[in-house]
Order: sequence, then structure tokens, then C-alpha cells
Amino acid sequence: MNNFLKQSWAGLRILLALTVLLGVLYPLSVWGVSRIPGLHANAEAVDTTLVAVPREGDRYFVPRPSAATLPASGGSNKSEINEDYTKVVAERRTAVAQREGVPESQVPQDAVTASASGLDPHISPEYAALQVPRVARASGLPVERVRELVAAATSGTFTTTVNVTALNRALDSAR
Amino acid sequence: MSPLAAGLLQVGILVAALSVVYRPLGDHMARVFTAKRHLRVERVIYRIGRINPDSEQKWSTYAYGVLGFSFVGIVLLYVIQRAQSLLPFDFGRGNVPEGMAFNTAISFVANTNWQSYVPEVVMGHAVQMIGLTVQNFVSAAVGLAVAIALVRGFVRHQTDRLGNFWVDLVRGVTRILLPIAFLGAIVLIAFGVTMSLKSGVDVDGQTVANAPVAGQEVIKELGTNGGGVLNANSAHPFENPNEWTNLIEIFLILVIPVALTRTFGQLVGDKKQGYVLLGVMGVIWTAMLGVIWAAEANGIRPLEGKELRFGIPGSAIFADATTGTSTGAVNSLHDSYTGLGGGATLLNMLFGEMTPGGVGTGLYSILVMAIIAMFLAGLMVGRTPEYLGKKLGRREVTAAAVSILAMPTVLLIGAGIAAILPSTQAALNNPGEHGLSEILYAYASASNNNGSAFAGITVTSDWFQSSLGLCMLFGRFIPIIAVLALAGSLAAQKKVPVTAGTLPTTGPLFATLLTGSIVLVAALTFVPALALGPIAEALL
Repeated sequence: MNNFLKQSWAGLRILLALTVLLGVLYPLSVWGVSRIPGLHANAEAVDTTLVAVPREGDRYFVPRPSAATLPASGGSNKSEINEDYTKVVAERRTAVAQREGVPESQVPQDAVTASASGLDPHISPEYAALQVPRVARASGLPVERVRELVAAATSGTFTTTVNVTALNRALDSAR
Repeated sequence: MSPLAAGLLQVGILVAALSVVYRPLGDHMARVFTAKRHLRVERVIYRIGRINPDSEQKWSTYAYGVLGFSFVGIVLLYVIQRAQSLLPFDFGRGNVPEGMAFNTAISFVANTNWQSYVPEVVMGHAVQMIGLTVQNFVSAAVGLAVAIALVRGFVRHQTDRLGNFWVDLVRGVTRILLPIAFLGAIVLIAFGVTMSLKSGVDVDGQTVANAPVAGQEVIKELGTNGGGVLNANSAHPFENPNEWTNLIEIFLILVIPVALTRTFGQLVGDKKQGYVLLGVMGVIWTAMLGVIWAAEANGIRPLEGKELRFGIPGSAIFADATTGTSTGAVNSLHDSYTGLGGGATLLNMLFGEMTPGGVGTGLYSILVMAIIAMFLAGLMVGRTPEYLGKKLGRREVTAAAVSILAMPTVLLIGAGIAAILPSTQAALNNPGEHGLSEILYAYASASNNNGSAFAGITVTSDWFQSSLGLCMLFGRFIPIIAVLALAGSLAAQKKVPVTAGTLPTTGPLFATLLTGSIVLVAALTFVPALALGPIAEALL
């Protein structure tokens, strides 16, 4: 017991020293480096397109469903064998099909499933293509122009995705 | 690019990157724990601790050091959380409630980083930095120190000294974790990870929480900790914004546990001893990746709980890495995985976190399993088993058995009680077999110090906070005490000369024995429980 107390006392002193190093100096140094102009915008998420929140109106592309309650992030955590949730997904499919005026079989997976973060900025090229006619109609832009904007918001090395946030901002300035 | 090609390419890049750093990092770590000189910053820390860095400790003093350091770590982290409202950058989030602070304090000190809290509404930046970030570093360094002490048990002969815990701890921080973390943080920021002292950022009219993410993100992965700065963890675009940060983060998770096999080979003077461990780790890890990937690719709702930018391969690789090490960070929600895929992530933990396991913990766990494997082999041929020139007698095998059995014991007791408590039903997010899997996963995660979750389960009740807290505590420190006792009794022995009857521990026979032992111990212990949860669900 004596030895335990002796070691704990040394431990407390060392922990406090390490707290200054790792809990104050380290994060503030990283923060300091992040103020370098090239890094600063990333660090503060200025005008970020990393996350998507839904925008009001048919003239915008709709991101994936979200189970998050902002400002917190998060997903549904629902399993495949959860029948209540299967109904929710089916309702989403019907709603998307109606909104876009297509048969339910054309609605892609990402349009009806919630992402892990609830902030996923991306949709699949298929889901984007599905939304083009409605967005063109509601925004008064030619379909070709909307397709160009979708193409400009499409990227990815391993998985090709369309960034909804960037796309909707591009629609704002195209108007 | 087809998903198959994309996945294989990502695995290829990962393996290539790990191979490049394997030798230099492994050799560097070996030098760190054998060097005689102290850095200036280290001398300052030793002076503050009033310890003599050139004295060495017996195994018991070494263990008291680990326990004492972790004990004050828990107390300090509890106090910091309970006093959050006195600290800056708390954004009115208030003091963390008692049960939550208790659970979180143990969780971060035990390198588990199980999170019963939603960071965006509970933890301010000051607690994240001076409390959680610090334990992200030092809990990893503790694991590293214990692994090195065990290796010294094999390397040294007829001595009762295992090294100095404080020196091993501090050097792990100053010479390994901190330099890599600092560089890594800057790389992550350059790739888009955020680092803000503000509470949030406006995105198209809504506020999304922000935090000093990069600094904690990097050590969260590098130290195989896993506690998300934000609730969605590495699925959050601020923590893991794109395909490249995803690969970097998986690399960070794997790099130290993998390179430690090289360190081990260096220290015992036979690099092949390390390669064979790496081979066993790699075989199991790759097999589990195949299962998770294939299962998820064939799911009914494969994209539920996954981020589109990672796709299925990018999610499966991360899931395999985070559960095969004791990290527990997630870039997708394992709760929404298929019965088979989610079951595989669970099984990865039930192997005892040694494929390749956490920082330090992975190495000492697989060495303990190697002792069990040699003991079993000895029984088969009727010879006293040996490993690395040391006899495995009653003391050694007992210590190894205690170390291996601690985790299943606390896991099954905890999960068993939780399963029969009437209040548990309301805490579950999914019905049937999957509900049982949520319970099993929670206790497996806590007892193995992993920290990931089938996160639908609500674990804020006093029962869950305290029982999972105790599982993390016992799952961490019983094996550590047993491993240090083992190291002590190994170091006290003479070296046994190699004879014609010595089973070589660098060849395929040993690798097969070790792989078999890992799989068998997990299977014998957990098949009944798995059959009722994930296996039943997969067969539905």
C-alpha cells in the first residue's frame, strides 16, 4: 500500500507535467500552426462543403436522410432486421419517387438510408441525375446547365460522389 | 472504379505505406527503450516527479507505478469533468453528470474511450484538451511501457529488474507519440480536418458543432484510443473529410501495433520472431476484412450508417482496423451492419485485441497467447514448454491464463446480468437477436478496451455507466498486473539453451499453433453467446 501511495504521488506530479505538455502546449501549437493562411480556412471550416444540411425548396438538390439532431452529429443505428425501420425506409422511397416523378425501383440506396454522421455532404451520381429535372424545373435553369453544375460537383478517387452543398451553392450563384 | 478494385487499391496503398515505415519506426522504438541518454524535456519531467530515471524497478514496483499513475489519472479526469463550468471554452455545457464522468474517466485512462456522452452537447474544448487528449497520449504510452517490460522479461536473465516505468512512459510520449501526432495533426489539417476553438460553424443557416479536432483526432487513432471529438466519430466530415484522410487515419491506427513486432524482433535479437507474430496478425486481420467487406457488400441496406465518400470498402477496412486493434473509432455505424459483418467486428474484439491489437496491448496480448500456444504444444508432446529461451512453468502459465481469462470473465458476467435486467429492454435500439448483439458488443467493447459500440444502445443508466466502467477497469488492469508478474518471473530465470528438442518459434508450425490458439480460445469461450446474437441474425 505504501509503495502504491508513493508511486501514485510520483504519478500525480508526472501527470501534471504531462498535462501541461500534452493538454496545453501540444493542442495550442497545433492550433497555432492551423492559423497559417493556407490551413486556416480548413481549420475553421469557413464556407465548408464538408457537411450538408437540407435546404428549403424544390430548386435545391436534397442530401441523404439524416438521423442527427444538430448541433450534434449521428446516425440511426438501425439494423437490417428492424422492421419498424424497414417501414421508414419504404416510406422514404415512396416519397422520393413521388417528388422526382419516377418509379420506386429507380430510387437509389443512398436516397433512403441515413448516413453515419447525419451530415454526409455526398449523394451518388444516380441520385443526383434523378433530381436534375425537378431542380431544373423549379429553378428555371436549363436541364443542360444543371447537368453541368452536377458534373462540376462530382469527384472522388475510389468512390465517385456528388457534393450536394457545393452543388446547391453553385445553383445559388447560377441564378 | 469498381468497388472491388477501389477496395483492393486502398488495401494496397495501406500495406505499402505500412511496409515503408515498418523498419524505421520499429527500429526507432527499439532504440527509444534501450537508449541511455535523457532528453532535456524528459529530465524536467523526472525532476518534477522527483524520480531517479537511472534506477530500475522490480516488477511489483513497475506495476504499482502503472496502477498509481492510472489511479491519479482517473481521479484527475473525473475532477476536471465535474468542474467543467469553471473552465474556459465550456459553452455553457455545464458539469458532466457523476455517472457519466465516472465512466468517461475510467474509459479514457483504460485506453478504451467508450463514450456514453454526446461530445457536442456535453464536453467543452478545455476538458477535451487538458483531460481527454492527455489521456489519449498517456494511456497509449502505458500500454507501450507494459509491452516493453514483458519483452525485457524475455531478454534479461537472472535479474529482478524490469526497467523504470516512468522512463518508459515519458519516452513513449516524447519520442514516439508526440512527434508523430504533431506531424500527423498538421497533415490532417492540410487535408481538411478542422481545428477550431469556436463552438460551431454556420452552414447554410444551421449551426454545426466544431472543435479543436485535428490535435485529438490524430492521437485518437495513433494511440488506438478511439474516442470521437464529435459524436459521429471518424464518420464526421470534420474528423474524416475525405478518402485520403480515411486512409491516413487507418494507417495511424495500425502503424504502431504493426511496427512493434519489428521492435520486438530487434529487442530479442531475432527479427524472425517478430515477423512470425506479424504474419499471424496479418492473416487473421485479412480474413476478417474479407468477411466484413463481403457481408456488407451483400447487405439489404448497405449504405445505412455509412458515409458515401468512404463507400463499402473504405468503411469495411476502417471497421476491421478499429476492432482488430483496440481503437474503437468508427467511420460507419457497426450497429447498422449485417448480422455477419457486425458479428465479425464483434469477433475481432473477442479475439482479445491482438490482430494486431492496441498500442503495446496488442504485443503483450499476443505474447501471452504465444505462451498459451507453447503450453498446449508442450502438453501434446509431454515436454516442459519454452519460449524465447525461457521455461514456461507453473507461474508463467498461471499468469498467462489469468491475463487471457480476465476479459471473458468480466464480459460474460456483465453481459449476462445486463441481459436479464428488466430495464435493459428499454435501452435497446433494435429488436430480437440484434438487441442481444447490442448488449454483447457493449460489454465486449468495454472489457477489451476497444470503445466502439453498436451505438443504438442507450448506456446512460447508472447500471450501464457503472458496470461498463468496471469492465473497462478490470479488462485493462488485471491483464496488466498478470503480464508484469509474468515479466518478473521470466526475467528471474536463466536462459535455457536451444536443443534439438526445442520447438522453433519462427516457422509455420508455430504460426499455425498461435493462430489456432487465438481462434480456439475465442471460439470455446464465446460461441454460445455469438450463436444467440449475430450468428442467429446472419442465418435469419
